Parts: sequence; structure tokens; C-alpha cells
Amino acid sequence: MSVGIEEFLTVGALLFCLGLGVALSKRNAIGVLMGVELMLNAVNLTLITFSRFSVSDRPITGQTFVVFVITVAAAEAAVALALAVSVYRNRDTVDVDRINLLKS
Amino acid sequence: MALTVLATNNWYDLRDLSNLSRVILEGVDRFAPHGIVYVLAPLIGFAASFLIFVLPSQLFVGVYGERKLIGRIQSRYGPNRVGPFGLLQPIADAIKLMQKEALTPWAADVAVMWIAPIVFVAPCVLLFAVIPFGPRMVFADIPTALLYFLAVSSLPVLAAFMAGWSANNKYSLFGAMRVVSMAVSYEVPLVLGLLGVVLFTGTLGLQDLIFWQKDNHIWLIAVQPVAFVLYFIGVSAELNRTPTDIAEAESEIVAGYLTEYSGMKWGLFYGMDIGYALAAAAFGSTVFLGGWSMFGLDRWVPPWMIIVGKTHLFYFTFLWTRATLPRLRIDQLMTFAWKFMLPVALANLFIVATERIIWTENGLSDNIVYLYAVVNIVLAVALLVGWSRFLGYRPERTPSKARLVYEVGGYVPVPVAPAKGEGRP
Amino acid sequence: MNGVGPTLAFYALAGVTLIAGGGVMASRNLLHAVLFLILSFVGIAGFFALLSAEFIAMAQVIIYVGAISVLVLFAVLLTPRAGRNNGETKMLAPAVLLAISLAAVFIFVITDTDWPTVATSPSLTASDLGEALLTTWVLPFELASVLLTAALVGAIMLVRTVEEEAEDALA
Repeated sequence: MSVGIEEFLTVGALLFCLGLGVALSKRNAIGVLMGVELMLNAVNLTLITFSRFSVSDRPITGQTFVVFVITVAAAEAAVALALAVSVYRNRDTVDVDRINLLKS
Repeated sequence: MALTVLATNNWYDLRDLSNLSRVILEGVDRFAPHGIVYVLAPLIGFAASFLIFVLPSQLFVGVYGERKLIGRIQSRYGPNRVGPFGLLQPIADAIKLMQKEALTPWAADVAVMWIAPIVFVAPCVLLFAVIPFGPRMVFADIPTALLYFLAVSSLPVLAAFMAGWSANNKYSLFGAMRVVSMAVSYEVPLVLGLLGVVLFTGTLGLQDLIFWQKDNHIWLIAVQPVAFVLYFIGVSAELNRTPTDIAEAESEIVAGYLTEYSGMKWGLFYGMDIGYALAAAAFGSTVFLGGWSMFGLDRWVPPWMIIVGKTHLFYFTFLWTRATLPRLRIDQLMTFAWKFMLPVALANLFIVATERIIWTENGLSDNIVYLYAVVNIVLAVALLVGWSRFLGYRPERTPSKARLVYEVGGYVPVPVAPAKGEGRP
Repeated sequence: MNGVGPTLAFYALAGVTLIAGGGVMASRNLLHAVLFLILSFVGIAGFFALLSAEFIAMAQVIIYVGAISVLVLFAVLLTPRAGRNNGETKMLAPAVLLAISLAAVFIFVITDTDWPTVATSPSLTASDLGEALLTTWVLPFELASVLLTAALVGAIMLVRTVEEEAEDALA
């Protein structure tokens, strides 16, 4: 009854692909952002798994990387949501199919 | 960490209740299948910390004590009809709530509305898992217990939002948005204040903080008074207690995010309101007031009695502020959090970091903590008074006695600095 | 990680997280999708705690569940007439196909590689993390704070209405 590195990495990979599916297929801009956040969380899980399981002389590096990923994800979520609200105020929609002014 | 306790290892020695749980678990382990103790130990911990300590406190101190004491502070009787001196009031309340119909509006989101009270209750129970009731009586001695408290106390905010949104009601949504924005704003000075405590003592775990206070013979409230003030105000804002209870401001927005809740669902929210206040009080008395240690008294008096007493004392302070202070408006609250508390928290962080560097770099003895306590108290008073005067608060201009309008000769506006946009053509 | 406890915890957390991820994909109502996202964040925090990274687990709950989720909820509430439906674009089939094939590639690589692992976890405390952040990784740490300030100012500037800008404009 044991769990090894492969099980954790599998969960991370599945979550990443779920997030990819959400990010590529949602119509609402906020839905796309939720997919991106899922992907970033899956990456965090993979990094912490490697920090715990890998043979290394500085295993704390995985956790420091996760701190930076969480920070950047927070900054990016803030700016993306501000953009979504701003686009809503000007175009009255957050549907990614209808924000197509630059289309030829 | 010299641990001189008089408590022995006998099961009947009530000064250290972990003896009792250890004897029970060893007994069960002898004639039960192998892993059952791992399930039984959390249940015993849950029963001990939550069912025995919190639930009776919630009923007596929270429901009866709060209403009676607030009533007496406000020159009125509290509950005095049910039973002698109203002592059976909590039981009457519980019976009333249980037999009341828990309405669900037709247009509400039923799944979220049912899950919200559960999400509200769970973090309160989780919080009591890390509070040390004695030198060996802590259910989960996590090395990052302070951060655990901050993490778990941001969960009921989400439950309040779920409750407010699922009712499909404008007033509930207002209440939910107000409570979320207020909680998020007050979390920042709270975290920065506790960060000062962590910087000074060098540890995040609660049992380690109590041992630090025990070894240095000083309570952290004396060494970090600004952090204590920030913690008190921040935590009463997180708990939605007056003067910051705009979330369920009874006179303003019906009942805020609780408008559509009735019966035992409302009872869960109300009970956990008190439960969270007790958890925050227990946490505050652990970090700032020394927890189960009392300058040596904890060798004779059972330490769990000491921490229970301190928790109730802290809760009485919450109750006292609720009884005396009026409610603040939402924009006053936000201004207070961002313009007053955040700079005070940052200045406190600078001061604490400087002191800590002076302490460790020069290898000074540990008795300098007393000097730091005096310096910090003086600096705290100076910082709080100075910053509030800088922001325009002049207590000498507040009238000491209420004046009637016709006595003063009409409406007297309080002089206020002109807003930034005025004065231009 | 041996033993009944960690194994049970792993499978429970994996179930919760993946089902919550599926809920984000499949739920029709946008606010339900946000609640499922919050559940997946909590599941990931549980994973971090299982992998002995308690500081990161608590930070995940405070930042993701306590702050980013609140941001997403506020953005959803500030866009009222945009509809609360979480429907898919016509790229649904290619997206799902891509996701499934990518998952297949990942799982093949993971199971096929011979991972060199340590049996006992390195005991890493929060102070080790703090030391690493302030000695080896101090430059990215400072840059992260600059990034956060830029994001803060940028987000505020992006959502200002015309009247608020006029109030603060220089005369």
C-alpha cells in the first residue's frame, strides 16, 4: 500500500490537461482564466512532487519555484480580471467569440 | 525548554488530560483491529476540544452571557423571562430553532444554499485542532500553526459569499459583497501584525510561542502591543462583530447575507459566529496572552483551566466593544483598514525588524526583551496617536456632551477638510 | 509513501481534485464552476500538505482560496449582463481531443521513465524556504515584489471609470 512519484505526477498531468481543455474551449473569458489557474496549480503540484521525491542536494528549490509561480499567478489573475471587467464596460460582453474587433 | 510539570502520568491526573486519552487509546488498541485507533484519536480530539469546550461555551457564554452582559452594559435587562435570571434562554433558543421551518426560496440555488452552512461550520471546528490546552495537550502540533489560523479564517468568508449569492436576493448580495470586501481588507494588516510576532520570536508554531513566552517570562502583548491592537481589530472585522458588522447590519439591509436563512440553518450561522469568536479569542490568548502558561501558576492549576479562562476574558473584550461602539459605515471601514491600519502595520514591521537585528547581530542577552517591551509600548502609543492625528482626528474637537440642536442655535457642521476636487473653478 | 493513511489520503484528494476539475469543465452555471475551482484549490492544498510542504499548503489556501477566488467572484459579479453561462465555443471537440492526447503522452512518459527517488522525505521547514528565498533566490524575490506592485497599479488603472480618472487628473 504505497504511493510513489508516478501517481502524483499522473494526477498533475491529468489536472493540467483538464485545465487545458477548459482554457481552450470556454466561451466566457473568466472561464478561460479558470482553466489557466487550473494549469498553474497542476504545475505547482508537479514541482512540489519533484521537491519531495527527487534526489537532489537542494530540495527546497521546488518549493521556492512554487512561491514564484503562485505570485505570478496572482498578479496575472488580477490583471486578466481587470481586463475582462474593462472589456465588459466597453463592449458589454465577455464572450471571447464576440470580442473580435481586430478581425479582418 | 525545561518542562517542569507536576502532572504525573496517571490516568486520573486531571491536570494533564492527555493521560486520559492515552489510556483510552492504548486500551482500545489492545483488543481492536489494527488501525482503529487512528480513527478514534481524531474523534477523541474533536470531542475534547470542540464538544466539551466550545459547545457549552457557545450556549452559555455566547448566547446567554453575551445577551445578558450586553444588556446590562447598555442599561437594560438581558433575557430574564425563561428560567431564573433567564438562564434557560439558550435552551429555549435551541428548541425554537430546531422546530422552525428552514425555508428555501423558490428561486434560490438550493445546492449552494444547503452547502453554505456546512462550509461555515467546518473551519471553526478545524481551528480548535491546533490550540494547545496544555504542555502535552495539543491535538495537532503543526509547525506552521499561525499560518494555519490565517488560512482557515479565510474560509468562512467564502461560505458567507455562497450564502449571500445563493439566496438570489439583492440585499443578500449586498451583504455578501460587503462582508467579502471587508474581510479581505482587514486580513492584510492582520497578517502583517502577526508577521511582526513571527519575526520577533522566530517561530510559527503555537506551542513554541507559548514556550517562548514561558521561557522569557513575558507575554507577547507587552512586547508587541501594536500587533495586539491590529489583531484585535482585524479579527473582530473578520468575525463581523460590531463595530464592523455591516454584513448583517440589522437596521440597514434586513439581515445581510443571512436574509433568506431561517430555522436551524440560521442557527448554524449564528452559533458558529460565536464559535469563531471563541476560536479567535483562544488563538489571541495563545499568541499574545501566554496561552496555558501563567508565570508558574500552571504547575498547580490545570493549564487547560488557565487557557479557558483567558479565552473567556478575551471574548469578554469582544463583547464589551460590541456593547459600547456604534456601527461604522462601509466606506469608513475601508478607509480605516487601508489608510490607518496598513501604514501602522508596516511601520511596526520596520520597528520589529530593526529591534530583532539589533538583538541577534550583537548577541545581546535575552533580558533585552524587557527593554524592548517598554520601548515598544511607548512607540506603539506614539505611532497610533501620531498617525491618527496626522490623518485628521482631533479628539479635542469632539463635544464631550451631546448638545441639542436648538440649544446650539441650528445645525453645526463639524469642520472637515475640503475634498480634493473642490476649490477649482 | 507507505502505509494505509497516506495512500487513502492520496486517493481521496485525487478524487476530489479531479472531480472538481471536471466540474469546472462541465458545469453550466459560471458561479458553480467557480465553486468547483475553489474545491480544486483546496484539494491541491491537501496534496501539498501530503507532500510535507505545509508552508506552501497554507500559502495556497490563503492566496488562492482566500484572495484569487474572491477576485474571480467579484469579476463575475461585476459583469452582470454578460450572462452566467459557462458554455463552450465551437473549438470544444479539438480542445478535448488535444487534452486527451496530451494526457496520453504525459502518462506514457511518466510511467515509462525510471525516476530516481529518495525514500524518506527531506525535512524541509519554513525557515529553510525563507533562507533559500533570501540568499540564493533574492533577485527573483525582489523582482516578484516589483511585479506585484505593477500588477496592482495596472489592475486599478484598468478598471477606473472615466469619472474617477477625471477626479484625480492634474488640473
